[in-house]
Order: sequence, then C-alpha cells, then structure tokens
Amino acid sequence: MESEPIIRVRELSKRFGDFTAVDRITFDVARGEIFGFLGANGAGKTTAMRMLCGLSYPTSGSGTVAGFDIAREGELIKRHIGYMSQRFSLYDDLTVMENIRLYGGIYGLSRREILRRTAALLERLDFRAERHTRVGRLPLGWKQKLSFSVATLHRPQVVFLDEPTGGVDPVTRRQFWELIYEAAAEGTTLFVTTHYMDEAEYCSRVSIMVDGQIRALGAPAELKRHYGARTMDEVFRMLAREAKRTE
Amino acid sequence: MLRVLLEKEFLQFLRNPFLPRMALIFPVMVMLVFPWVTTMDVRHIGVAVVDNDRTETSRRLISKIGASDYYTLQEVTDDFAGALDALESGAADVVLEIPDGFEEGLSSDNPKKASISANGVNATKGSLGTQYLQQTLMATLAELQAERGAAPAPETIVVQNRYNPTLEYRNYMIPALMIMLLITLGGFLPALNLVNEKETGTIEQINVTPVSRLSFTLAKLILYWIIGFVVLTLALLLAWTVYGLVPVGAAGAIYLASMLFVLVMSGFGVIVANYSSTILQAIFVMFFFVMIFILMSGLLTPIASMPSWAQCITYFLPPRYFIEIMRAVYLKGATLRDLWYDYAALALFAAVFNTAAALTYRKQV
Repeated sequence: MESEPIIRVRELSKRFGDFTAVDRITFDVARGEIFGFLGANGAGKTTAMRMLCGLSYPTSGSGTVAGFDIAREGELIKRHIGYMSQRFSLYDDLTVMENIRLYGGIYGLSRREILRRTAALLERLDFRAERHTRVGRLPLGWKQKLSFSVATLHRPQVVFLDEPTGGVDPVTRRQFWELIYEAAAEGTTLFVTTHYMDEAEYCSRVSIMVDGQIRALGAPAELKRHYGARTMDEVFRMLAREAKRTE
Repeated sequence: MLRVLLEKEFLQFLRNPFLPRMALIFPVMVMLVFPWVTTMDVRHIGVAVVDNDRTETSRRLISKIGASDYYTLQEVTDDFAGALDALESGAADVVLEIPDGFEEGLSSDNPKKASISANGVNATKGSLGTQYLQQTLMATLAELQAERGAAPAPETIVVQNRYNPTLEYRNYMIPALMIMLLITLGGFLPALNLVNEKETGTIEQINVTPVSRLSFTLAKLILYWIIGFVVLTLALLLAWTVYGLVPVGAAGAIYLASMLFVLVMSGFGVIVANYSSTILQAIFVMFFFVMIFILMSGLLTPIASMPSWAQCITYFLPPRYFIEIMRAVYLKGATLRDLWYDYAALALFAAVFNTAAALTYRKQV
C-alpha cells in the first residue's frame, strides 16, 4: 500500500456563486513528499487546501486524503492530519504548556504521552524556559515554530501548512524549514503553500496554480528545465503573468 | 476530551482581564442600585392648592397634603390661573381647587364641588395623583365628620394585598432584576466568546481537529452555566442582606428554574454566534432578542394587559415561563408541583435550543 498516494485529487472544483475559486484541479501527492502548493494571491490555494482538510465541501470533483473521502469523511481525515494556517491560531491567553496539553487532549493522547512528547518538543525547540509563558507574548517566529510542533504533536500522516513562514525573518525561516525536513525524514507528508520561491526549491515537487487551475506540476528541477528558467522564481513569474484575476 | 476543553474555557475566562470582574460587578450593581430606581410607586406628586374656602376643612386638607410623603405641596394660593401656570411649567402635577363655601356646602343638600386638574403628559403621575387626592379628600372629610360626632360612613371596601402585603414595588422588581441579569449574562457571554474565537481564527484550528461539535459547544455551555450559578447566588444573597427579601418558596425551586433558564439562554447565544461572523453582528442580533425578551415576557408589564396577538407571541418566549416561576416562588411560595408546566416549558426550550446550538455549529462548510 506504500505506493498508494496519500493525497489524491480528481477534477476538484469549488464555486462561490458564479466565481470559480478552484477550477477542476487534479494531482497526487506521494507519502513522505514535501509538496509545494504555489500560486499568486487569490489563485485558490487556501480554498483548495481547506477542502482537503475537511473544512470546506467541494462543489464538484473528488479527492481522498489518507484514504478518506474529502466530501463524506471529513471528520476521519481530521484524525490523521495536522494543519497550520497563515493566521496564527493557538490560544494567545494560554501558556505554551497549556496549548500543547489542549491539543494533545483533543487528539486523545494520554496524559503521560502528552508529557513525554511535550518534553521532547520543548527540548527540540529549545523552549524549556518559556513553557509557562503565555503564547501571546512570544515573538512571531517562535509562535510559528510552536504552532508547527503542535500541529504535528499527534504524529499525523499529512501536515498542511498554509503560508507558514509569512512575516518571519530569514534566520527563523531557515530553522522552520529544518523542522519541516525533520518531519519529512520521519515519514510525514508535508503539503505547503508559500510565496517564497527559495522555499519552493526545497520541495520534492511543486504545483503552480493560476486563476484556480494548476498550470505546472513537477519537481523544481524539471520545471526549470521545461520553462528554460534558472530559478523557480523565474518559472513562477512566467506563469503568474498569465493570471487574469486580480485580488 | 471534554475535560481538556473545560480546562481551556475556565483558564481563558479567569485570565481575561475584564470578564471575571464584570461577572461580579454586574450583579452587585444591578441588585444594589436598580431596585431603588426602577420603582413605579409614585411619590412626591407636585400639588398646587387653590383655596377659595379658607375654613378649617380646607386648612386640614392642606396640612394633610403637606404632611404626606406622596405629595409635595408646591403652593397654596387663591389664584386659579396662577396654579395652572405652575401646572404648565411642571412645578405642579395636579391642581386642587377648593371652592368658596365648600365647608358650608358639606352639610347642605347642594354641596359645592372641589375640582382636580391633572397634567396628562406624565400619565402615571397625573392619574395616580388624581386618585390619591380623591382618597385624601374623602379620608379628611370622614375624619372631620367623626370629630364632630357624626356617625362615620360605613366602610364598604377592605383591601388586602396578598403575597406582597405592603405592595412594595421593590419586592416585585427584585426577582425581575435577577431575571434580567441571567438573560444578559447567560445570553451574551457565550455568544461573544464563540464569535471571538471566529474573529481571532482559533476556531479554525479547532475545526480541523477531530473534536466533536457537541464537546466543544458543551464546554462553553458548562462554563456559563456555572457562572450563572455563582451570579444567581450572589443576587439572592444581596436581596436577603440588603432588602431582607427571602424567597417564600424553596430556594431549590429557584435554582432549578434558573439553571434551566441559563441553559436556554446560553444555547440561544451559541445559535446566534453560529450565524454571526463578527462580534458586532452577534451583539446586534442578541440585543434585538434581549429587548423582545425583556419587554414582552411580562417582566415589566403584565402579559394579561397586552393585545391578544402579543399574548400569543409570549408563549414562544422562554423568559415568560421563568418570570412566572420566579415571582410565584419568591413572593407566593409556589412549589414545583404548582408550576410543573412552566418548568416543563423551560426544559423543552433548553433541549431544543441546545440541540440546535450543536447542530448549527458547522465544522465543514
């Protein structure tokens, strides 16, 4: 079963009234991949991602995540995925420990297991001194790293990251990607949207969305060769220029 | 799972710099201040007396008016036009004119008539002032007759106010104020809490976890249920210590009704929150309903005097049943058995609203 794609999307669309946010997209993501989901603002990335996470129903088309149907089995998908959105969404008025305990408890981890994983997590992030600090007082970069660690606390098969490094300094961005690589090395699949084309280079494969459709799909090296570009940035610019939609 | 969610809700509530204080100040303020100001007892009615008689009878009448707490004697004059000016300027609410030869006429077959003119702008003061003055007039005349040895007219009516013997308006209002307290706290707090999670985006992180809609909603309901319990206890204690008002009926009957009612209001608040995307919208919608609840369910004005179409509507307003219970238990000592119908209605509302609250919360849209 290892060869079965962990995410499988066929002709997936989402329409709001007469606006088609996501227009018949089709792709697969293999287990253990770091899949970069690129596109300009308003291209439909977040909408597509929300359908995969069971937050939004598809208008048409189909998809499975971790073997469960995105339209009918949203709640089952949620047991097997982690999600971190562009808006920081841990509880600001709870401490680092309390947030971890809350999400650990929600995923049904035992108290002992939560303590064990928390210790490891704090160690890895070098957060021990801050464990009783309210999350709202942490700098943004720290929050994002914490948020990622909480999203992976229950060892999900897939983690969805929606612009995880937006507004974060280059050093922290680098550290953040180290966390992503560590997770990938442990066999987790990562599905990442980003606007930073240097980050796109780190992905195993990327797709580029323009006006709700996927215009390019492949490994960064392949895409660069195909479009005769030196960097992913050039590839992105060539495709994004065709966009008719404005934000 | 419910345990960690409850822990979260409690920590967040207690850490909020504002909410715990508000939950204490609000009942204290309502119980200490409002019973004094929301009074319909009309006192200090401004009276101008036009005395054209100047006899013992008229002087006795004037001194009675001056001595009573119900009136403020504004002026005694013999100029009717001047007294009407006082009425117009608002200094007086009623003008009593005692005609010349009033005392003399009392013992004749053709008595002179005293006249009362009231300012109808403040209808309550005007009409009550007229009634009070009539009573004072009759009482004074009877008193004088008795002093002169004449047999007093037989008393034909005896009024006894059962359940609130002094007809103290405050005793009638205190249970009502407790109800307003629970309507506001029980309805608004959960609605605002939930919409706040939408605005800050934390609910999205929750929606992408396998948390059940019921547990998430329940954690919030339980928190506000407990706050309602604390607030009610505080209000009952204040009513007892400050006003000496203790429920005639069982405290248990009051708690049971209140706890059902808080559940009704919180469920309602959560439904409103589920359909609101911003705090502004939630507040506006809540306010609209809270106004209907306060003005239409018999809290301030008796349901029986509403037009029949409005009376039909009140059956769909949960506070109606709660108000009936509170007043009956507090003042009359009614029991659960007398009021089973109202309890059943509240329980039904609680079940329907809370089921709807859990169902209208959508994790996937």
